[in-house]
Amino acid sequence: MNDPVDVLVIGAGASGAAVAWSLAETKMHIVCLEQGGWMNPATYPSTGRDWEARAFGDYSPSPNIRARPEDYPINDANSPIKVVNFNGVGGGTVMYTAHFPRLHPSDFRVRSLDGAADDWPIDYDALVPFFEENDRMMGVSGLAGDPGVPPRNPPMPPLPLGRSGTMLGKAMNRLGWHWWPSDTTVATVDYDGRARCINLGHCTPACAQGAKASTDITYWPVAQRAGVELRPHCRVREITTNEHGMAAGVVYYDADGIEQFQAAHVIVLACNGVGTPRLLLNSASGRFPNGLANSSGLVGKNLMFHPYAQVYGYVDEATDSNRAPPTCLWSKEFYETDASRGFVRGYTFQFGRGVGPVVEAVASEAKGLLPWGAGHHAAFRRLNGHRLGLSAICEDLPEEHNRVTLDPVLKDSHGIPAPRIDYTIGENTARMMGHGIARAKEILAAAEATDICVNSPILYGGWHLLGTARMGADPARSVVNEWGRSHDVKNLFIVDGSLFVTSGGVNPTSTIQALALYIADQMKQRLANLFD
Amino acid sequence: MSADSPLTPTQSEDLRAIAAVIIPASAEFDVPGADDPAIQADMVATLGRDTGLVREALDELAHLAGTPLAGLDPACREAVAVELRAKGGAAVATLTRVVLQSYYRDDRVVRSLGLEPRPPYPKGYVLEDGDWSLLDAVRARPPLWRRA
Repeated sequence: MNDPVDVLVIGAGASGAAVAWSLAETKMHIVCLEQGGWMNPATYPSTGRDWEARAFGDYSPSPNIRARPEDYPINDANSPIKVVNFNGVGGGTVMYTAHFPRLHPSDFRVRSLDGAADDWPIDYDALVPFFEENDRMMGVSGLAGDPGVPPRNPPMPPLPLGRSGTMLGKAMNRLGWHWWPSDTTVATVDYDGRARCINLGHCTPACAQGAKASTDITYWPVAQRAGVELRPHCRVREITTNEHGMAAGVVYYDADGIEQFQAAHVIVLACNGVGTPRLLLNSASGRFPNGLANSSGLVGKNLMFHPYAQVYGYVDEATDSNRAPPTCLWSKEFYETDASRGFVRGYTFQFGRGVGPVVEAVASEAKGLLPWGAGHHAAFRRLNGHRLGLSAICEDLPEEHNRVTLDPVLKDSHGIPAPRIDYTIGENTARMMGHGIARAKEILAAAEATDICVNSPILYGGWHLLGTARMGADPARSVVNEWGRSHDVKNLFIVDGSLFVTSGGVNPTSTIQALALYIADQMKQRLANLFD
Repeated sequence: MSADSPLTPTQSEDLRAIAAVIIPASAEFDVPGADDPAIQADMVATLGRDTGLVREALDELAHLAGTPLAGLDPACREAVAVELRAKGGAAVATLTRVVLQSYYRDDRVVRSLGLEPRPPYPKGYVLEDGDWSLLDAVRARPPLWRRA
C-alpha cells in the first residue's frame, strides 16, 4: 500500500495539469495518476511520410479506432456523434486543433437572458483572472481589439492570415459579417521554451515541433519542478469511501498491471465529460449505490458535444492547404441569441485552411467528387489544394436523456466497465445547424467556391465532452457546488468539462482550464476549512 | 498467403487489378497507376489494422466478378468495380482509402502535384502573411457580445 497523499489528481490532461500546477504552491504532497504515458514528439505523424494515413489508424481521434493500450473503448453506437479524445500525459491537448476561444459572458446566464437551460453559479468575470493566467501558461497567439468578444490581450501575435484567411476575410467583408483571426495555442514566436510554429500543418494529431501547446510541454514540466508527482500508465478503477462518507483513496492498476491502492485526503477528478462520470458510476458501493457523488441522479446526464456543421467548397485560387495550422479565423456574427432566427443561443464559425492530398482524395472520393478511372487525375488536380471550408460550432443545450452510463458488456483492457453514450441532437440545435449551413454556403458563394459539400454533424466530432457532472448551488440539481466540490463527498472535486452547466458555442479547452485554475484558487483560499 | 504478405496471391492480384481501375496510369499527367509495383508494395506492407476489411472487400469483389477480377478483361473489370463502389460499406471504403493513401504519398505522384515528397517535419512550410487591412472594416464595428 502506498503512503497517503494530500491531493490525488486523476487525469493529466488540460484540467488535471492546470489544477496540479496551481495547487503545487501549497507544498502539499500531490500525485497525479494518468492512464496513458508520456508522449514522444519524435514519433508524431508529421515526422513520417505516412503522416496523413496515421490519422486513420494509431493517431485517429477515435479511441475505438486508435485502440492504443492506453485507450478505453466507448460504446457510442447510439449516438450520431462519436466520442473522440486522447489518453496520455497532456490528454486531449495532445490531439486538438488549438482553437482557443473563451465562453462569452452571456454563456453563464442562459436562463436569465434567453429562458433556456440554467444559469451557471459563477460568471465570466470570476474567471477572467484565470483565463489570463491560463493564456500565459499555455501561450496564446491572437489579436486584441476583436469586437466579437470581451477584451483580452493574447501574449503572442496572431497566426498569419495566409491565402485562405485572406480569401475568407474578403468573403466575410462582402457580406458585412464579423470575422477575426482566431486565438490559438500555436506559438507564433519562441515562447517559454517552445519553438515558434514552422507550419507543419498537421497540428491536430500532435505537434512534432512543440509549437502547439499541450500540457505535457506547458504545465507539467513546471508542476513537476514544483514537486508534483506524475505516475503515467496508472488506470484508476474506482474511488473508495470511508465510514464518514468521505473519499478514502483509489484502486488503480499500475504500469505493470498490478492492482494498487492510493489513499488521499483530497481527490480531484480531471478525466473529461465521459471519463469522470464513468469513474463515479464505477465507484458505486453500498454507501453510494447509484454511483459516487450522485444523490442528484445527474452524474452522466446532460451530456453536451457541440454538434459541428461543416461546409466546404473549392476555389480556383490555391489555398494554404495542409501547409499551415488548420486554425485560421473565427466569426461571432451568429453567436448571440436573435429570436428571429428560430432558435435560441448561437454558434461560432471556425474557418479552416485546407487539407493534405490523402485526406482530400479520401473525402472527395466518398463525396462522389473524385471519380474512379479515366477522369480521376484531372478531377483531383482541380480539388487538391483548393479547398476552403468552415464549421459552425453549435451550442448544445443540456438534456438529461443525453447521457453517459456504464455498458453492461463492454470493458477496457483491465476489465473495467466501459462507458456507453446515448445521445440525440436536440430540436433547437438542429435548427441552429441548419442556419449555420445556410450561412456557410453564403460565405462560400461569396468566396466563389463551387462543389459545396456538407458534413452535418461531423461523425467523429465529439471532441467536446461536457455537462455530465454539472456545477450548481442546489444539490438536487447539480453534482458539485460553485467551486467544484461534490455536494455529497466533501473531499472530492471535479475540474474538467463535466462541470459545464451549458456548453456555449466555442471550443471549451480555454474555459475548462480557467475553471480548473479557479477551483484550485478556491481550494487554496479554503484550506483551513475545505471540508466544512 | 505467403510469409511476407497478409493477402493470398489471388487477393494480391485482385488488389492490383482494382487499384488500376480506381487510379489508372496517365500519360497526360505523367503518373503511374495505383497498380504500379512500388505503390502496390507500399500498400500491402502497410495494410496493418486494415487487413481484415480489405480482405473482406476483395472477397466481395471476387464474388461480384464470379471469378478473380484480374482474370477479366478491362471492360468487365470496370463494370464489376462500378457495382462494388455502388455497394459501398466499411470494407469497400477501407479498400478505397488504402489505395488512395498509398498512391498519394508516392514520390512521383506527389511531385506531379507540385509538392515536395517529404514529411512536414522538420522543414515545415511558409505561410503568407495575408492582407491585414481587410480587418479595418471589422475593427470599426461596435461590440457584438452581450454584457451579462
